[in-house]
Formats: sequence, structure tokens, C-alpha cells
Amino acid sequence: MTTLAVWKFASCDGCQLSLLDCEDELLAVAGRVRIAHFLEASRAVLPGPYDVSLVEGSITTPADAERIHAIRDASRVLITLGACATAGGIQALRNSADVAEYASAVYARPDYLDTLATSTPIAAHVDVDYELHGCPIDKGQLLETITALLAGRKPNLPAHSVCFDCKRRNNVCVVVARGEPCLGPVTRAGCGAICPAFGRGCFGCFGPAETPNGPAEADLLRAAGMSEDDIRRLYRTFTVSAFAEVAGDAS
Amino acid sequence: MTHRSDRLIDVRALARVEGEGAMHVRVRDGAVADVRLEIYEPPRFFEAFLRGRRHTEPPDITARICGICPVAYQMSACAAIEDACGAVVPPAVADLRRLLYCGEWIESHTLHIYLLHAPDFLGYAGALDLAKDRRDLVERGLALKKTGNDLVEVVGGRAIHPVNVRVGGFYRAPAPADLAPLRDRLRAALDQALATVRWVAGFDFPDFRHEHEMLALVDPGRYAIESGTVATTGGLAFGVQDFEDHVVEEHVPHSTALHARLAGRGRYLTGPAARYTLSRQWLSPLAREAAAEAGLGAECRNPYRSIVVRAVETVYAVEEAIRLIDRYEPPPAAAIDVPPRAGAGRGATEAPRGTLFHRYELDAAGLVTSARIVPPTAQNQAAVEHDLGRFVADRLDLPDDRLTAECEQAIRNYDPCISCATHFLDLRVDRG
Repeated sequence: MTTLAVWKFASCDGCQLSLLDCEDELLAVAGRVRIAHFLEASRAVLPGPYDVSLVEGSITTPADAERIHAIRDASRVLITLGACATAGGIQALRNSADVAEYASAVYARPDYLDTLATSTPIAAHVDVDYELHGCPIDKGQLLETITALLAGRKPNLPAHSVCFDCKRRNNVCVVVARGEPCLGPVTRAGCGAICPAFGRGCFGCFGPAETPNGPAEADLLRAAGMSEDDIRRLYRTFTVSAFAEVAGDAS
Repeated sequence: MTHRSDRLIDVRALARVEGEGAMHVRVRDGAVADVRLEIYEPPRFFEAFLRGRRHTEPPDITARICGICPVAYQMSACAAIEDACGAVVPPAVADLRRLLYCGEWIESHTLHIYLLHAPDFLGYAGALDLAKDRRDLVERGLALKKTGNDLVEVVGGRAIHPVNVRVGGFYRAPAPADLAPLRDRLRAALDQALATVRWVAGFDFPDFRHEHEMLALVDPGRYAIESGTVATTGGLAFGVQDFEDHVVEEHVPHSTALHARLAGRGRYLTGPAARYTLSRQWLSPLAREAAAEAGLGAECRNPYRSIVVRAVETVYAVEEAIRLIDRYEPPPAAAIDVPPRAGAGRGATEAPRGTLFHRYELDAAGLVTSARIVPPTAQNQAAVEHDLGRFVADRLDLPDDRLTAECEQAIRNYDPCISCATHFLDLRVDRG
């Protein structure tokens, strides 16, 4: 039976929770795989190697930078889950800041902390086989990926933009109809275009689509009334490093 | 092995808690010398990078502190920013927030009861093992949890990190037709929640009584969820705007969490047992009746019985959601405009695992100049360590593996959310 392991690095637990949130499918999945390491769900831990490792979170401490290599070595297929694991997450906002100053702003005794100056994606440290994007990931994409691996095929994960899914959902375009700033044209699909469906512009939590047009998007955001500072803030949120090129800055 | 007078028990990675933590117990000359909950979840510096963000951004940003209770973060952030800007949302918007929050209480409590905590009482490593013997029980829990998640999804747009919440209200108010199918699901959920109370009430609860002061929001006339003032079992009462005068935090060496204390009073506990003890008179008649049948009295001071309180609160949240849907009329506007102004604002709401305080300072342009977040687990940590010291002292004759398992169960009583507390646990018992 295929063995499945779930690992956590710096993160909110939301992406691994997505697996427990598959209420209709969880027991069926559990019947097809042997869950060998999933601390959020079970205290039973089996030794590696593992057929599939799901990795949540980003690398932010010296110890974690070591631990991810041991996990890679013990895993046949390694899949990263979500904005933290694929792009460093919101905590990557430290990468262009003074992390010592950040630590002293939050903690009375920064000297008690053991942290790196950067938050980096898993792929910056080890080879990654598949990436699931999003903050959080879409549980449909997670089930598709697990199903595909059990069937011995490649998972079907779109790289097109949110705009395609938005049209398919028959949403009214928030940019055209209401002049709202929206990152949909440059953001990877997968969420189901939920923000426009609720009348707000996409804020890019799945990171950039495969071929984003940064300059055209900048014009669109300016036309919607955003200042350069606002545009910078919009890109510099959940997948700051992945959007650096689209945003046209060196962050 | 089992009777050494000096030993070290070390649980390096606690299972079935949210986030990463450890526990270290040091035993010297047959007595517990030191118990530490170690939060090694790496620091993520939310309060630092919130500086310079627009006053509209903290609800989306702080949701990312916790994937299990993002609504709590969004609600406390909105409350604090609206306080800073002098904005008060209309009752219809406040009701919609309460409805969204009921969804989070249902999904988070059910996750904790069925997937994290109940396996301890029944001797299973996890719910998936329990499902091999009692699939019906786990299916009931998953169905109840799904109803909570679906409620969050309909009102909030997404179960984890909802997208529909904004300062001032919502991007889009649901249509009554969106909520109608949920009402039937919630009727079924009410039966599942009542069955859950009866099920957990039959568990074997070790004798344990703590004497900590307990703290929760109170909202006379109804059970506090998204608003209220602060009260404690010791008779302390203050407004949320004064929380910093009373809740003080200190940084301890073994933790990336900050320990909170009540100024001049010391350690305290927040969470379901505190809420129940301070507000049980405001539970619905059905939830009060379920609590009485489950053997809960006027107060809950046995941490093991917190699972019963969570089940009772789930009954309440389901009923409250039905009540709110029944009287729902879409607000004239889904949100009010909240223009920024310079100043500080404070907000507190009842996350599933306890009171969550936020404070922001804004400049005249509406940019955040400072942020402070005091999550429930940081408030509880000192009291949990104190209880664990007493707990271990009574069980020193147990072998390490048994003691470790029982300590983990004891820790799960408090539903620690380590991702939240980072600013939490691995058990290490040092027996010398």
C-alpha cells in the first residue's frame, strides 16, 4: 500500500488541514494509503522511506534547512502544499527587511529565537516533484493529485490565469464592470475565482500564472486608481517572492 | 526504569495539536523540578510586517496566522480597526459576522472533539484508526464538521482563509436562497451535535481540578462570540479597550510564544471552560439541558471535561446559526465605509480556543504603525504548565511511554493552537 507522510514547516497548518477538510473523501483516501506520518491527525509514526510526502510551510530556521533534506531523502515523490512551501509565504516579507529589527519589534528577548534572515520555498533547498499553489491550497486539487498518483498518472494542475475560471463561472468582471483592481489576469487558477464571485478583486494568493503580463497588469491597476505604493503592497503579500518579476521589482 | 528518582521525559513532537510544540519534564529526587511547554513553531513576525500596511489589510493578513481559526483573526482584526476609526457596523452586519463565526465554532470544535481529542479517551492513535472499528462515529463527526465548513464557505467564500470579510462588513451579503439549503443541513447537524454531547459525556474523565482564574468575554443576554466585555471568575471586569492594562506578556527562554498574565494576579485560563463558567446562563435552553444531562455543573474546572463543553458549545452554535438564518434579511449594504483616522483601536472576540485580542495603531493616512496580537494559547501557557506539573507529580511511577501518552492527552485538553501562539510543544521528561 502507498505510504503517505505529511510534514510541516513555517506555516498556519491550513494546507494540511485541507486534507482533514475532505470530509466526504477522507475515509476513502485513508483506505487506499497507509498514513505513515501525519502528526496533526495521528500520534502513530512509521519509519520511512515514504512513497509520497506532502510538505507544508517554508524554511525559516537552520534546523528546518537540515530537516527538509532528510525528508527528501526518505521520500519517493515530494509535493509542496501552498504559498509558504511553494513561494516562502507571507513570512517571506522579512526577506527584504531587517530580521533583527523584526524580532525586536515582536519579542522582548530576540536572543531567545533561532531564525534565518529569509523565508524560502522548499524548492530552494531540495528537488520538488509537484507543487500545489494557493493560500490555502484547493482541496479539489489535493484530491486530484493524490488520486493521480495512486492511478500512476500525472496530476492535472492548471497553469492558466484566474480570468479563465472567472469567465467559466459566469462572474461579472469586477475590473470592467466596477473598476476594481484585480490580480486575476496574472494569477494562477485553482481557487475557482472566488474573490470576483464575491465582488472583490483577486489578491493573488495562488501566485503568478504561467505567462503573466506584468506591464499590462500594472496599467490596469493604475487605471483602477491604485497608487504605486498600493500596487507594491498588493503584490507583496502572500507570495511576495513569486510575484517579484511580475511586479517589476527586485524584492 | 519506572522508579528512578531522577529522569527526563521528552516529547519532541506533540501529535494531534495544531502547530509544532514539545514538552519537557525534569524530575529530580523524585519530584517534578520543571515542566516546560516548548513552542518551537518558527516565528513568522506578523506584528512586524503589519507595519506599513493599509488599515484594510489586517483581516486578510492575520487570517494566515491560523488555518484552523482564520475567522477569529478576521473578526478581532475588524473589531480593532473599526474601534480605531470610530466605526460601528449595523446590527444586520454584526449578525452576519456572528453567523460566520458559528460556522467556525462548529468546524473547529468538531475537528478537536473527533479528530484530535476523542481518540485519547478511547485508546486510539488517531481518528482514522478509530474509524476502522467505529466508522459510524467518525462519519458523524465528519458530517458535522462539513456543515460548519460549508457555513463558513457560503458566508465567507472559502472554508480556510475566507475571502468575503472586510473592515466594515462583507464584500457581498449572501442571498436568503444561499442560506436556505444550509438550514436543513443545520437541523441534521443539531441531532449530530446532541449525539456528540451524549457520546463524550460517557468518556472516563480523570479527577483533576484547577483553581486558575478564568477569563472570557461576556455579552449579557447572549453567549459571547464576536463581541462583549472581559470578565474573570475572580470578579475582574474591564472593557476590551483597557485590555493592555490587565493582560501583560513576557517572553520566556524556551518558547517562541509570549506568556500572558493578568497584571497583579498571575496566570489564568481562557477558552470553552472559561466561557461556559462565565456565561452558561446565556446558553440556549437546549444547550443548557444537554450540559446538565452531560453532568456539567455551574462551573467547569476539570480540563478533561473541556471536550464536553466543546460539544455543548457546538449545540449552541448550530442552534444560533439556525436562529440567525431564520431571521436573516440581507443588510441594505454589505459593508459600511470605514475611513481611516490616526489613533489606536482594540478588538477582542472568542476564538474557538479562547479570547483573541488585537490592537492596531494607525497614522492619518490609514497605515498601520504598530500591531499587537494576544492569542488564546499564549494566555493559557503558564496555567497549562502549572497543571502539567501537578499532573506529572501524581504519575511519576508510570513508565516513560505511558507517561508521555498521558501528558499529550492532558495537553490536548487545552486545545493549544501552536501556530497561533507563535509568538508553542516536543515532551521531554528529564529524570536525571
